[in-house]
Amino acid sequence: MKHRALLIVAGLIGAVTLVASLSVAAAGTTRPEAHAAPVKSAAIAPPAVPNAAAIKAKYKGQSIQFIGDAAVGSSHKRDLKLVAKFQHDTGIKVNLLPHPSGSDAAYAQLARAFGSKSSKPDVMMLDVVWPGAFAPYLLNLKPKLGKVSKQFAQGIVQNDTVGGKLVAMPWFGDFGILYYRKDLLKKYGISAPPKTWNDLFTQAKKIQDGEQKTNKNFYGFVFQGNSYEGLTCDALEWVASAGGGNFIDNGKVTINNSKAKTILDAMRNQIGKITPRGVTSYDEEGARNVFAAGNAAFMRNWPYAYAANLTTPVKGKYGVTVLPHGAAGHSVGTVGGWQLGVSKYSKHKDAAIEFVRYMTSPKVQRFNAIFNSNVPTIPSVAKDKQVVKTNPYLTPAIANVARVTRPAKYLKTHYNEGSKDIYQGISQILNGTPAGSVLPGVASKLNALVK
Amino acid sequence: MSTVATPAAPPRRRRRGSKLQRRQTRIGWVLLIPALAVVALVAIYPLGKTIYYSFTNQEFLQGIEPTKWVGLENYRTLWHDTIFRTAVWETVKFTLITVSFEFVLGMIIALVVNSSFKGRGAMRAVMLVPWAIPTVVAAQMWKWMYDDVYGVINDAGVRLHIFSHSHAWISEPSTALGSVCAVDIWKTTPFVALLLLAGLQVIPQDLYEAANVDGASKIQQFWRITLPLLRPAILVALIFRTLDALRVFDVFYVFFGNRPDTQTMAIYAQSTIVGDGHVGYGSAVSVAIFLIIGLFVAIYVTVMRVSGGDD
Repeated sequence: MKHRALLIVAGLIGAVTLVASLSVAAAGTTRPEAHAAPVKSAAIAPPAVPNAAAIKAKYKGQSIQFIGDAAVGSSHKRDLKLVAKFQHDTGIKVNLLPHPSGSDAAYAQLARAFGSKSSKPDVMMLDVVWPGAFAPYLLNLKPKLGKVSKQFAQGIVQNDTVGGKLVAMPWFGDFGILYYRKDLLKKYGISAPPKTWNDLFTQAKKIQDGEQKTNKNFYGFVFQGNSYEGLTCDALEWVASAGGGNFIDNGKVTINNSKAKTILDAMRNQIGKITPRGVTSYDEEGARNVFAAGNAAFMRNWPYAYAANLTTPVKGKYGVTVLPHGAAGHSVGTVGGWQLGVSKYSKHKDAAIEFVRYMTSPKVQRFNAIFNSNVPTIPSVAKDKQVVKTNPYLTPAIANVARVTRPAKYLKTHYNEGSKDIYQGISQILNGTPAGSVLPGVASKLNALVK
Repeated sequence: MSTVATPAAPPRRRRRGSKLQRRQTRIGWVLLIPALAVVALVAIYPLGKTIYYSFTNQEFLQGIEPTKWVGLENYRTLWHDTIFRTAVWETVKFTLITVSFEFVLGMIIALVVNSSFKGRGAMRAVMLVPWAIPTVVAAQMWKWMYDDVYGVINDAGVRLHIFSHSHAWISEPSTALGSVCAVDIWKTTPFVALLLLAGLQVIPQDLYEAANVDGASKIQQFWRITLPLLRPAILVALIFRTLDALRVFDVFYVFFGNRPDTQTMAIYAQSTIVGDGHVGYGSAVSVAIFLIIGLFVAIYVTVMRVSGGDD
């Protein structure tokens, strides 16, 4: 062939360009911590499996599939460590799959598995709003784990008990908190983090104006503004803390009220002013990327971000507190948190239950709290000295904040659809439509689902 | 299949070909049946199932209610569904913008790469790189580039004084569609260019030499020689791209997720079936998408038949 040399060169150039662009895609630009292993958290090892010999004798060699945490922060790494320890001690093979990072996508994944009566996965992570929807497909854990469940926070256990069946074991609790830059508050002479939303707006503006002189990409406040489940959580905090109710209260749709309208319009007015315009496409990691790179003064996020930010440029510079509230309300945090359930169609139910027993045990919850700053669901673990030391949001002042729950109890199997109506409506508001023209439509859609 | 000759007319009908012809037809069918069976299993069966579901109220998570036949109720709801209408309009806008840009740019690139210059071989390989990157990877890459806080596009634009400040390309409703179109145009122009290049290479050079002798300008040569002879390749490229653009999903999903103002038909179908679990209604949406795409195919085929006659 006459042009063989030329073709080889062209192919090489193409291959190099392809690899280069894929590395750019994988690494991003200023995304922090993508390759750094956690520093402090690596000091703790996963605990041994209690009763391992007896479990090994009965279930050795069986293999179960566990749909675990998404590859977000150090969550997947935590799962890998725990699964490796469990496999090593009991001989039960656990095939770990991370679930999609978007909560609605994770729901869809499980709905597909249950809908087709698949025997896999055996164990799965369930968001706090799903037990009601998935109850018909989950194994009743009361016979084997009922006694153990008495040491857990009873509010969550009740959330996981549907029709008398304990369909899931609480794994970690989560609630929304406010992250703030201690160093910047000091620099601009602000004595304490904001108590009300208006305080937050003022403080954020002050810090942003000062910082933007040297850093054009600095913004005051970031949160989860994308059109997805996370926005329902954030918006619930805004509305409930302003005295606007919990979207659906006592079976009645209350989202369309004046207090909700006021706070949502207030948020809408701040988009592009103290928040980046792009905040309406941020999820948890999107907001955390901005804060962790040092480009935000305040961030609303879940407790997992505390450990995740320890390997970023803002290490040591941030503190946590309760979220602000409206003039007429008090601070709240949306209940997040995950439970572990066993599929009714699993072929290795007992091995799966032993796995759940290990993963939700006090020692493992303590490990989770220290390694990945996951909020324990066993009150005694939450009081452990080292746990509180690595998780400052577990100090009573913050940990006792009032919790608000999303309306899963009233929407049941229609929760996904109802939440979509809520977050699509809020997304429209944040993108510029006044709340007064959006909320009535959302309310009527929810009314159709609740009845 | 009847070989009965009509009794009144003189028996002019012959038997269906000779023995050899019949044997060859039989062999042809035998060789085709495996392929047809696969097509039936992979394409016809799911399509049939979807059409069947569209007449029921099937849900993903059944609960207590059994599935029942609801006739045309899903379609009646679909007719009044404003969200679906917005999605269709959004998709059609996207299709018109991307296909026209890809066609024009692809044509220019194909003409350039068709001519002889040093490094032409290398150029032909390199120009395919965007097409080679998986769509989801490319979309995520572009999403980070478009970011208004740490994105490279805003950073470079502000430094070079092209923009006065960072724009939130993805979040602003006015630039959202444009930003997504740019990604798709970047990715698939090479594909269109390749199809047109293949068509260009088949045009005999003597036509151009004859035109030069007759004193035709380059532009006249393009309109009178290149375009007409390129028509089959153009139509293939247009049909491929239009059908792909009407079914677009990945890049919109990575950029916007479930955002209400940027939903395409495919995203709406996915969110209805998988997110909400309404398999019955979602199947009706899917059938509607199928019919809309079928409409575009019919338009193209008609155009092809009309023009195919006079050359």
